[in-house]
Amino acid sequence: MINNVLQNKKNTPITCIITIPRRNIKQSIMSKKNLLTVLAIALACFGCSNQNHGTISRLDIIQKRGELKCGISGKIPGFSYLQQNGKYQGIDVDICKAIAAAIIGDPSKVQYRTLTAPERFTALRSGEIDVLSRNTTFNLSRDSIGGNGVTFAPTIFHDGQGILVKKSSRINSIKDLNNSTICVGSGTTTELNLNDIFQERKLNYKPIKYQDLNQVVAGYRQGRCKAMTSDRSQLAAVKANLPDRKNHKILEEILSKEPLAPASIGGDQKLSDAVRWTIYALIAAEEFNITQNNINIKIELAKADNTNTSLRRLLGIDGNLGSKLGLRNDFVANIIRNTGNYGEIYNRNLGPKSSVTIPRGLNNLYTNGGLLIAPPLK
Amino acid sequence: MKIKKSLLIQILAFVIILTIISILINNLLINLARSQMTLNFNWLNTTAGFALSEYSLPYTPNDSYAWAILVAWINSLKVILASLFLSTLFGVLAISARLSGNSLLKFLSNFYVAFVRQTPLLLQLLFWYFVAFLSLPESSILPPNLFVQLTNNGIHTLGIKLSAEFSALLIGLSIFTGASIAEVLRGGINSVSRGQWEAYRSLGIKEIQGLCKVIFPQALPAIIPGLTSQYLNLAKNSTLAIAIGYADIYAVSDTTITQTGRAIEGFIILLLSFLLLNLIISNAMNIVNRIVSDKKYKL
Repeated sequence: MINNVLQNKKNTPITCIITIPRRNIKQSIMSKKNLLTVLAIALACFGCSNQNHGTISRLDIIQKRGELKCGISGKIPGFSYLQQNGKYQGIDVDICKAIAAAIIGDPSKVQYRTLTAPERFTALRSGEIDVLSRNTTFNLSRDSIGGNGVTFAPTIFHDGQGILVKKSSRINSIKDLNNSTICVGSGTTTELNLNDIFQERKLNYKPIKYQDLNQVVAGYRQGRCKAMTSDRSQLAAVKANLPDRKNHKILEEILSKEPLAPASIGGDQKLSDAVRWTIYALIAAEEFNITQNNINIKIELAKADNTNTSLRRLLGIDGNLGSKLGLRNDFVANIIRNTGNYGEIYNRNLGPKSSVTIPRGLNNLYTNGGLLIAPPLK
Repeated sequence: MKIKKSLLIQILAFVIILTIISILINNLLINLARSQMTLNFNWLNTTAGFALSEYSLPYTPNDSYAWAILVAWINSLKVILASLFLSTLFGVLAISARLSGNSLLKFLSNFYVAFVRQTPLLLQLLFWYFVAFLSLPESSILPPNLFVQLTNNGIHTLGIKLSAEFSALLIGLSIFTGASIAEVLRGGINSVSRGQWEAYRSLGIKEIQGLCKVIFPQALPAIIPGLTSQYLNLAKNSTLAIAIGYADIYAVSDTTITQTGRAIEGFIILLLSFLLLNLIISNAMNIVNRIVSDKKYKL
């Protein structure tokens, strides 16, 4: 029975096997010339890829495209978070808008890409995004050619790593966390800092690493870990979203300094300068007390007053600061008109009236006891 | 003449494929050189600086990246091998229930296969981890003198402590793959002609014996290829571990890539380690296949 079936099976396909290749051979001979030309083109193309590249700045590409591709997290309230109306909001998002206002002249011309921590640098280097504005810690390894090879803009938020614990756990310091499990996001500097601190103090811990902040929070809430660690700004946002927020606390100790800064691809001075001076313009505007509301009045005042040279230069009435960067001369005015100055951006997203409240602390102007200072826009 | 033509075509096809591959590699190298990041594996010897939640070989954060990746590969291997056995067991149980005359068992088996195969694995893993394991109390829910204990820290059995991450991944993967294996088994058993069943029954051979000695050996050649691809899928699916915090090779490569900025090298290592793993699995299954196929002709 089985043998019969097998023989039958053998018999029928044989004819097929013979006929199909025959047709293929004929077709192949017909198309052999085509194949050869394809091959020749392919061989000729060997060297194509290294021509006509390297000289064009991404700034020009963005202007030509009329759209800025900005990488954000999309998951951190206060920094970048999807609102109920389907729009992103947060300090990182406002930075994207400010850069778009400076480069293109329109803050709405931004295409947001949500990225995980491990994806972000690859996305930037491969050109998937133009600018990374995703609560990214500025450090040497990331800024250097031998490391991640990106160029950082000035810090937009001075953060520090903290630890969130349940009040009922009676943990008051890092020392109390000896031999406990800690939930942490994978592929972040957080993971390294945690290790450094525990090694320094000769304490043991077990990290449970998740790729996503939401999973870190879930792990912590479900009691898999005694504590979770992240930047204090994120912890504040996480805590604000917990239903039983009164039962949790952020430890006083700060594990590390985490200056968060936007970044663009390394080796492209034109774009990185434009991004850098966009941030400085936001800070300088706060120093000059130029706000979204009074910008037009300030422009009128500056136009009327020949002696106020620094304000005239900043707002593009005198000089050609913008064109030196490859931007319009009134780029600062354009930014402020659309997003407001740094202080306004901060208050909108992290101020007392927003859903995530973080005191300004280090993120105040140097004149108010903070760390923010803009070099002269001259 | 015919042979020459076909040979020519083969050579041509080979040259074309080789050209395309070399163009791609050439492009990669040029672009890497342009962004000043030529391929370089020296970072493998530098200190990793991150801790792992579980390891079978001695590991500290002061060990190298290479060692961390190896330890993680063994973590992957551990969960994959355990899942291979457990998923096969689930598959066999499901198909046995289906073949048994008991209609309740049959219904349960059908329900299991249908439900598990039609929901995404990631969702199931998240369920097993966050809902099933982490919702357990800190003290075991089972009577204390039982050989297995279940807590929100995982499974403790026979002196072995399995973490919640490992347990959730093991159970999630095994249940998911087990359902597919049950279908592969069913397909294989159905491929045996009806006459064979009638034959052993008419000879008065007991049902179990008939299944084991008559039906199953004939079904095996049809089962093995399907089973192999299910095993390979299982190995690849194990990378979803990253969602539930298990330190498998994908999760550790992920950390390594962000810390070193060596994405391409990281992916090459990841690729090769999975290639190696899956080659081992498929070769082992090929050997099984050969043995089984030989037996068929002895019947």
